[in-house]
Amino acid sequence: MFSLRLPIPIENTLITPPPKSNYNNICNSSLCAHSYSSYSHSQTNRFLTVTNVALQKNGNSVGDSKDTVTHPFPEELNAEPLPRHVAVIMDGNGRWAKMRNLMPSAGHQAGAEALKEMVRLCASWGIKVLTVFAFSTDNWIRPKVEVDFLMSLFEKTINSEIDDFNREGIRISVIGDATKLPSSLLRMIKYAEESTKENSRLQLIVAVSYSGKYDVVQACKSVAKKVKDGILDLEEINEGIIEQELETNCTEFPNPDLLIRTSGELRVSNFLLWQLAYAELYFNGALWPDFGKDEFVEALISFQQRKRRFGGR
Amino acid sequence: MQISNGYTVHLLEGLYCYLRRLLFKVLCVGTVPNHIAFIMDGNRRFAKKNNLAEGEGHKAGFSALLSILRYCYELGVKYVTVYAFSIDNFRRKPKDVQILMELMRQKIEELLQQESIINEYGVRLHFIGNISMLSEPVRVAVDKAMRVTAHNNHRVLLICVAYTSRDEMVHAVYQSCKQKWSHLNGEEPSKAVKNGGIEKVKGIEDKVEKHSVPPPSSCSLIELVDFERNMYMAVAPDPDILIRTSGEARLSNFLLWQAGTCPLYAPSSLWPEIGLRHLVLAVLNFQKYHHYLENKKEKKKHKNF
Repeated sequence: MFSLRLPIPIENTLITPPPKSNYNNICNSSLCAHSYSSYSHSQTNRFLTVTNVALQKNGNSVGDSKDTVTHPFPEELNAEPLPRHVAVIMDGNGRWAKMRNLMPSAGHQAGAEALKEMVRLCASWGIKVLTVFAFSTDNWIRPKVEVDFLMSLFEKTINSEIDDFNREGIRISVIGDATKLPSSLLRMIKYAEESTKENSRLQLIVAVSYSGKYDVVQACKSVAKKVKDGILDLEEINEGIIEQELETNCTEFPNPDLLIRTSGELRVSNFLLWQLAYAELYFNGALWPDFGKDEFVEALISFQQRKRRFGGR
Repeated sequence: MQISNGYTVHLLEGLYCYLRRLLFKVLCVGTVPNHIAFIMDGNRRFAKKNNLAEGEGHKAGFSALLSILRYCYELGVKYVTVYAFSIDNFRRKPKDVQILMELMRQKIEELLQQESIINEYGVRLHFIGNISMLSEPVRVAVDKAMRVTAHNNHRVLLICVAYTSRDEMVHAVYQSCKQKWSHLNGEEPSKAVKNGGIEKVKGIEDKVEKHSVPPPSSCSLIELVDFERNMYMAVAPDPDILIRTSGEARLSNFLLWQAGTCPLYAPSSLWPEIGLRHLVLAVLNFQKYHHYLENKKEKKKHKNF
């Protein structure tokens, strides 16, 4: 069965067009081919750093510098309202790499750099919580090489950022089904969470092996167990009780005010289902590695123009 | 002159209807969505924009709903879900809430009339939500509507009233726990649930493609299957498209569980202004997404070989 694919522009207020990419001049360059010829499938060196590609963005080096990176508050934005909690579905790494004839791992590495910048922007501008969808439960079906690379990338990135996070007052928390994660990553996560737990300028929540449905179900199971154990009465079950059991109970502000999804896909893909009940949704056509300060400012401007009524007047 | 004008209008309506059916035949070349959900937003803004009295925007919204239902059912969409009244809406001015409750009662009665679209297409009505929160006259109308249409099986209209997705999930946990402990204690699982007399016992009469109803699982804790079985929306498959009018880009506590992976479409038109073109564009959007998903599944199959 085939479907109609007509070039009809679909009026949909959810779509924001992608910006011009800063990486176009890198496409098809010999640098790209060279960077990935050393990609190894060995057990000891599964991931690949693409710092040459990522660092050319705006000519600035983000994430490698040991100085605290602060960004002045943009003039285009009002001081209020700002979202307290921003959630991001970091979509488009694979397509970004494919457009440049690179391996998916290059896209993920570039995506990690974009995330580092996003963290600094949020910390600089007074956003309290940033939750990012790093790896869904659905992503486990991807090729093993890619999954192994991602697990290594998470571990390496967390490890390299802990000191900076402590210096900049950033707390890291990881949510998701930990049972499938490699033990070395689990140890790194535990260490990072413990090490940064007193920081209060920004909380970065990384969702790894996460799904909104999994989160709701595990919360409901916890509630059911409390009822069974006599800790909770059946009639006491309410929304607050369930919220306390969700994995986002690691933060004072569990419900995002703004959800950003890059790459133009118009769905929430099983991310923070319960928590997104009243979030303003912002979809941007840019691929995640290309999502930077300008695109984030656009998202915040859009948020500031929204009229949030929460069902009332 | 008047007779000839009337005749011309009639002719044009007939032509429009014929062209619409032709367009739907073309759309049916691709996959037709099985279930479309609508957040009917913008009625009050429509009334304000057109200097109408309180409640007139919602009346215009009801007319728009009937048109959209006709288009959906003509196209072959089996399930349509609409967000008519949220639990959050009870926070509005009592007078506004009262007007809406009365309007709801009237419109439910209209839907049950012989010549309505419900009988024309054999539509079964489900009222989804915490029905006990509704006023008595509306509850009576809701019960009657579900009873009278229970035998219809060609199309389904799910009207979410006194509904929020979080409340639905709380209810599902509550019911799951209640059934589990009753079962473990050797009692019959509870039959009646809080909302509008919908029975959710084993062997539920409404056949839903993806849900067969197993007995409460015998594990000590509730399982996903228990939870999903006790959702108000267990009577329908998940939506294929979620459309919100008036340009607002948020879910407003609607079908959070069920619409987690479905494409979202947000035309800027207010709900009473929604037309055929919006539905057609939403379906084309869905078909593009569906084609992409099917392609992905095919590639995965080939890789596995």
